Amino acid sequence: MSSLPLNRQQQGIRRTLWWLLLMLAGSVAFTVALVPLYDVFCELTGINGKGVNSARVLQSTGIDQQRNIEVQMITRTAAGMDWHFSATLSHKAVHPGEIHQMWVRMQNLGNTTGRARAVPSLSPAEASNYFLKLECFCFDDQQLAAGESLEVPVVFQIRSDLPEDLHRLTLAYTLYPQTGP
Amino acid sequence: MTSNSYSSAEGHIHEPPLRGIKRWLLTTNHKEIGSLYLIFSLVMFFIGGTMALVIRAELFQPGLQLVQPEFFNQMTTMHGLIMVFGAVMPAFVGLANWMVPLQIGAPDMALPRLNNFSFWLLPLAFSLLLSSLFMEGGGPNFGWTFYAPLSTTYAPPSTNFFILSIHLAGISSILGAINIIATILNMRTPAMKLMDMPLFVWTWLITAFLLLAVMPVLAGVVTMMLLDINFGTSFFNAAGGGDPVLFQHLFWFFGHPEVYIMILPAFGIASMIVPTFARKRLFGYRSMVYATASIAILSFVVWAHHMFTVGLPLAAQLFFMYATMLIAVPTGVKVFNWVATLFHGSISFEVPMLFTLAFIVQFTIGGLSGVMLAIVPADYQYHDTYFVVAHFHYVLVPGAVFAIIAGVYYWLPKWTGFYPDETLGRWHFWLSVIGVNLTFFPMHFSGLAGMPRRIPDYALQFADFNLLSSLGGFLFGMSQLLLIWVVVRCVRGGKPAPDKAWEGAEGLEWQVPSPAPLHTFSTPPEFIPERDSPGRA
Amino acid sequence: MTGVWLNRIWHAVLWIPVVFFSHPLLAKNLYGDSNLNLPVGVTHMSREVYSLHMIIFWICVVIAVVVFGVMFWSLIRYRKSKGAKAAHFHENTLVEILWTAIPLVILVVMAIPATATLQKIYDTSEAEMDVMITGYQWRWHYEYLGQDVSFFSNLATPPEQIDGREQKGENYLLEVDQPLVLPVDTKVRLLLTSNDVIHSWWVPQLAVKKDAIPGFVNENWTRIDEPGIYRGQCTELCGRLHGFMPVTVKAVSKEDYQIWLAEQKQQAVEKAAGNEREWTLPDLMAQGETVYNTYCAACHMVNGQGIPPAFPALAGSPLTTKAEGRATHIELVLYGKAGTAMAAFGSTLSAADLAAVITYERNAFGNNTGDVVQPAEIKQQLKPTE
Repeated sequence: MSSLPLNRQQQGIRRTLWWLLLMLAGSVAFTVALVPLYDVFCELTGINGKGVNSARVLQSTGIDQQRNIEVQMITRTAAGMDWHFSATLSHKAVHPGEIHQMWVRMQNLGNTTGRARAVPSLSPAEASNYFLKLECFCFDDQQLAAGESLEVPVVFQIRSDLPEDLHRLTLAYTLYPQTGP
Repeated sequence: MTSNSYSSAEGHIHEPPLRGIKRWLLTTNHKEIGSLYLIFSLVMFFIGGTMALVIRAELFQPGLQLVQPEFFNQMTTMHGLIMVFGAVMPAFVGLANWMVPLQIGAPDMALPRLNNFSFWLLPLAFSLLLSSLFMEGGGPNFGWTFYAPLSTTYAPPSTNFFILSIHLAGISSILGAINIIATILNMRTPAMKLMDMPLFVWTWLITAFLLLAVMPVLAGVVTMMLLDINFGTSFFNAAGGGDPVLFQHLFWFFGHPEVYIMILPAFGIASMIVPTFARKRLFGYRSMVYATASIAILSFVVWAHHMFTVGLPLAAQLFFMYATMLIAVPTGVKVFNWVATLFHGSISFEVPMLFTLAFIVQFTIGGLSGVMLAIVPADYQYHDTYFVVAHFHYVLVPGAVFAIIAGVYYWLPKWTGFYPDETLGRWHFWLSVIGVNLTFFPMHFSGLAGMPRRIPDYALQFADFNLLSSLGGFLFGMSQLLLIWVVVRCVRGGKPAPDKAWEGAEGLEWQVPSPAPLHTFSTPPEFIPERDSPGRA
Repeated sequence: MTGVWLNRIWHAVLWIPVVFFSHPLLAKNLYGDSNLNLPVGVTHMSREVYSLHMIIFWICVVIAVVVFGVMFWSLIRYRKSKGAKAAHFHENTLVEILWTAIPLVILVVMAIPATATLQKIYDTSEAEMDVMITGYQWRWHYEYLGQDVSFFSNLATPPEQIDGREQKGENYLLEVDQPLVLPVDTKVRLLLTSNDVIHSWWVPQLAVKKDAIPGFVNENWTRIDEPGIYRGQCTELCGRLHGFMPVTVKAVSKEDYQIWLAEQKQQAVEKAAGNEREWTLPDLMAQGETVYNTYCAACHMVNGQGIPPAFPALAGSPLTTKAEGRATHIELVLYGKAGTAMAAFGSTLSAADLAAVITYERNAFGNNTGDVVQPAEIKQQLKPTE
């Protein structure tokens, strides 16, 4: 029993070590994957109220004339934004299934050309998957020269299978300055 | 079979022992590294404790007296970071280094050189972290949970050093965990099956797997912070399309298992000590193992109970509420098993037993307030108040820390060859129990009355309870000086301890001499499961 | 001095056992707003949360009494010093199944009312009015949506009370210059967001606590039954003055609310008039000091020294003392500085207040530039678009 068991133990430790390193690599890979996984999870469940940040396909689910949903629009500018940002209409009653648009107005009050992006948030978050944006100013950066102004729409449709207990959706957009490429 | 041939894994114990500082810098001996971990953790316990006393001194009465809010925030942050990563975790690793090889009959850890490296990362990590206090703009001031964007866009310049030190401490933990798993799986004495291992070994095996699974997540979170701060990414920055709530999901995906990393080995220690002093075998060995494993698994699906107020959808709130409540079941099983072990025993009350009994009672109090916190509508009122502070301190201080101290008193005779002074130990115990409860019990009330956590000054109706907490805090802090005295005296001498230091003790560690010589179990000890296994029929 | 403390210790110690013997139904009558327990509160939801809290509290107490009872009885009964001999059993399947199953049943009993209450909390439908609550470092901003009424709510406790030069008032750290005024018997939807870091808006009497997160809108609701003033605090660590941003809600009758709303609109008109006229330097300095101490002193300090590097000094800075700095100074105050704690005040303070505070900053703390900034100049800069 002089060298054989020692070797066997050494081999065992080495084998365990490989397994553990593999596990560790798995944990690391999982960690790296968590961020995209979270985004997918959010899109599927709408848990953070961001909704989908690209155009959705038009759904022909029929228009539910019986239900009136109030869509409310809130605009905010982030700290350090010398832009004016407002909704031309602060709320609108819509039927699920209809296609509507709401407009916002942006103006660069500063002295230099600037770029900004509106970050959307929908409340209640449960509605995210039922609120389809066909087109939105929030999909892209907006660039404005000093003093220039712009009116841009969000075109949306509320799916007619919106849960019964939802009557009012609040769309909030916060305008953040964009730097970098 | 010659005893020399069956040496430690890499066979280097034959090298002549080094002397002086080099011996400690280069040691690969599990007992010496265990001692280093324990000494390091004691130093951190006192540094973090001093910060706690700065906090309690400022909160002694309403108004700002001693420190400014900026410094107060640095104290709460550093206190948390140091106690979690510098005191409690290294203390358990130290105990594991000392006791796991002795309890499974192994000559050393599986990877002794790695063991040395993972220890020495810690002093580096924490001197870096502490030095950030003296940098321009001060040290970390965003709470030990470092929520973005307070810890990114709005953080002090020293945050990069904070991130580096968390990385170092994390690497240390991962390497330590790898070593412990490799040791336990490969170096048990022949015939000792997994279900024959002492519970301290079992709880550490499960803890090590938890560490391996979640420490990379912590590393990932701080790396994303680093990128957000220095390289213009927007993981957590709403301006760039990022999500501050993502930070909290990631942090607590690490953070909740982390909580169990700090309590599972404490369960193991209690499960060693209760049977010894009840002179009766542990009740329900198997269910203890299964309960530990289920707690570990459940810890991955409850993270969002730290985030009930961030605005998750109803379905998610309900899921996390139910999952959290479920954890009470295996945890309850553990407490019931300890009580059943006491039932019909032959009980004596030596100092390790006193600390363990206090651990069981106080941990249960923390567990029960945990059940209250799981109830979402009620949590809206408790969240981020002193009720939460009371809850997690009950689990961690009179819980985990008491278990660590119990373990130290329990194994000191094995380490030093002498019994710790019983009278001093009793003084230490009673002053600690009074101090700790005086500190943390009133916090339940200040929380319910509406006091938010992490504030340097408070409204007048919270004054009475804060006064009590501060007095208790100083009493508890001062009485820990007795611990140092007891340990130093015990190292120097005292009543000599036999191999089996406690009458009712079972396990391989009591077969080696007291004090344990530097090299033990060069030959694997005899282990007959039918006679020696804690899980025997 | 020690006498007072001893008295307070004694007072606190005496109260500790009381909470254990207080009956939930009596709690309100006995202690009113006791500082030992959650407040019962003034909304249907807060009362439901309170009773849920008391149910789980008593269940936990009973569990603790049973477990600790058996434990301490065993400790006393089976002492070795009294000659106890250890038994040899170490498992019992029936007992182990029972103590797994019974806690499960207890948990289900707790989960049922908790689920029901939570569902009600999530029902924000049919709200009669909306208030947008925005967290700032370190104040709250309230906007009555659709009413053109909005204002900041700042800590009103003077610094002298905080650093102990004055006796602390009854509502120390819980008082604001302008509370959130809400009508009673009205379902109010609260929308929450933040301008900088995460804050959390909490009023214990309403049982409402919700995080305010930058870039996101959270919602909650309340319906207050009784007029009164209800106080709370920010509960998410939000930086240096986290402990100094109270929430105060003043609930009034529906009629009084309408009167208040009309007053607010009237005041807005008067403020607008102030934006039109020329101000003298002393007038600007006087108004500027008030605005500065409310909005700027938290970071830049009352003496203008700031706390570098996060919060730069205004005293003696080229920005506030040199003519070249003037335009940048105005721009920074109006639009803030991205990526720092410096907020944009252009859209939140009136032109007169902005002119006053900038003038004050250029003349106080020994800056003495003699510069005067008039509201007209600010208005020119802000170029109202509609």
